[in-house]
Amino acid sequence: MGSNLAIRLRQNFGLATGIVLFCVVYLGYHLSHPKGFSSAVLVQNSNEVFTLAMVAMAQTVPVLMAGLDLSVGALMTMVDCFASYLMTGAAAGTPLAMDFIGIRLTFGTLPGGVPGLLLGMLICLGIGTLGGLLNGMVVVYGRIQPIIATLATGAIYIGVALHLRPQPGGKIDDDLNWALTNSLGEFASTVHIFDDGAASWFAPLAWIPTPFVLLALIALVVWVPFRRSVAGRTIYAIGSAEGAAYMSGLAIDRAKLIAFTLGGFFAGCGGVFLAIQTSSGNADIPQAGAYTLNSIAAVVIGGTSLLGGTGSAIGSIFGALILRVISFFFRIFDIAPLLQPLFEGLILLVAVSISAVRVLRIKNTLELFR
Amino acid sequence: MSALAGGLKLSREDRPIAIAALFLVAILIAGTVYTWVRFGSAPLLSPTYLLLQLQIGAFLGIVAAGMMVVILISQIDLSTPWTLTAAAMMATAVGGPWAIPIALGIGLAVGIVNGLGIAYLRVPSMIFTLGVNAVMRGLMVAHTGGFAPQTEATPLMRSLAAERTFGIPNALFVWIAVSVVIVLILRRAPLGRYIYAIGNKEAAAYLAGVNTKFVTVVCFALCGLTAGIAGALLAGYSQKAYQGMGDAYLLPSIAAVVIGGTNILGGRGRYLGTLIGVILIVLLNSVLSIMDMPEAGRQVIYGSVIILMLLVYGRGERVTS
Repeated sequence: MGSNLAIRLRQNFGLATGIVLFCVVYLGYHLSHPKGFSSAVLVQNSNEVFTLAMVAMAQTVPVLMAGLDLSVGALMTMVDCFASYLMTGAAAGTPLAMDFIGIRLTFGTLPGGVPGLLLGMLICLGIGTLGGLLNGMVVVYGRIQPIIATLATGAIYIGVALHLRPQPGGKIDDDLNWALTNSLGEFASTVHIFDDGAASWFAPLAWIPTPFVLLALIALVVWVPFRRSVAGRTIYAIGSAEGAAYMSGLAIDRAKLIAFTLGGFFAGCGGVFLAIQTSSGNADIPQAGAYTLNSIAAVVIGGTSLLGGTGSAIGSIFGALILRVISFFFRIFDIAPLLQPLFEGLILLVAVSISAVRVLRIKNTLELFR
Repeated sequence: MSALAGGLKLSREDRPIAIAALFLVAILIAGTVYTWVRFGSAPLLSPTYLLLQLQIGAFLGIVAAGMMVVILISQIDLSTPWTLTAAAMMATAVGGPWAIPIALGIGLAVGIVNGLGIAYLRVPSMIFTLGVNAVMRGLMVAHTGGFAPQTEATPLMRSLAAERTFGIPNALFVWIAVSVVIVLILRRAPLGRYIYAIGNKEAAAYLAGVNTKFVTVVCFALCGLTAGIAGALLAGYSQKAYQGMGDAYLLPSIAAVVIGGTNILGGRGRYLGTLIGVILIVLLNSVLSIMDMPEAGRQVIYGSVIILMLLVYGRGERVTS
């Protein structure tokens, strides 16, 4: 049993390092926080981290296949813009309309109330998933390198987002916003379960921030089963050696399609949450670019190799957490805002350069060229 | 179109260039038909207009020239935006006769740092240059205080970027000079052979005695240098440096290189293709702006064109062993 644990630890060294690093950084953050450990601080932190964590998970799947998805930020932004139309919580029968080249198109209506919101959310997630599927089809059937294929599809998604929201705007249902961006207690009292959150057994859980619960749910219900499925294992095999995976009779094309589709779903989750959190849709191109680049950084910090084959989306969540906590620190330590980007950059550069210890351990120079 | 190119028996390297050139002509014709029908004139075919487009294209072209060298050794440089901006900002801040040497020096220095990190620390270029980009951005934010700097471009920078000699924009001459240097390196110098060799198989190049680390550093230094040149020119063209002036050059420069037939995995591609790729992107942009296309439509068309062109000639081979 003991050696079993040691093996698992060695296999997941990057993930373990990420978790330890996060715990140290986050503990330090709370110890130096003037208000100390409180539910309000946790809720705020979880809201700030959720979207980046989802986008980082979306980025992980192609990176595991030694690809790179430059469209995650754009896809997230597009879903964000769709959500600002589809999750407004408007009364039943309000027509969904939009102007396209001067023609007013009407797309029917959504039911009002909770069913309407849920349906709208499902459509938004579906749009994200479809976007991921499109990426996968261009990569698999078009046989175009992922990095360049997603550069192109990313431009398309940003175009659609800009068409939907030339200016920031739209609205998200207030109750939905309140329920999902607060602690579990507020969630229960908003959706009227567990005696409006007053049930005695529920009290010890009421402080947990809802976004953290959602994040854990998505990781456990979507990612873990995927990783254990044939398609999930095939992704790792492709990242290690695509030729060998092909010769072993694995369904490479199908696995790639599923992987990009899953990435699209994760990006969609991020977009839906960003819309809920900001209560609007915004086709912000620099922001989309920043999310894409930060997602790559989060993936690497979370212990996933850009060469593919090792790592996990759970690690990327911790990578995203670490990235965000670093910026929380600036608030406490009163670092001049003008110096913050410099510190962020330096920390990122140092963090990625740590992987250079690999070079020192290598005995045969040829092992460098992989 | 592919059947036509196949019939002409073009090599694997020439086929993308021929098709991209055909597409270029198609854009010109489509744009001209549009302006003829709508305005009754054909501005796209007038030499003044084309020269103006080439002048605008020079900035992208210079960035893409450096990017191509890096892509050829199967790396990528994501630090271009803020290298370019830093060069422009420091050049205008220093001013005087040292403005342009400072811009080039900054580009070169950032490129060498990139190269050292990637060649000696073996950090993937994708993430190392990303970090360097963040650091450069941080430095510039700290330097300018987060506001647009109030400094102005020197007369020499203005003259190089915005003025004309014998009716031809000076920026075009700079672009041609950079292109000649790159072509000489790629086709005539041993360095060029090494670059293609490393792009094809780094381990093989190493075993053949190529100093792969040194070549990698040189390639990134070249890429940084071109970003510095572009920064100085762009600051001269817009009279000043501003935040985010380099953002619009990263993805288009990669797209231009790839549309020109250079393999994104390195080792294959000709400089002529990159030239055509740059002109294609600049012309596509200008035709779309003549058509009053909103930004949203432009992005969609831009993405679709890249996918379409790569579907015609940029498809990879199936991995079967």
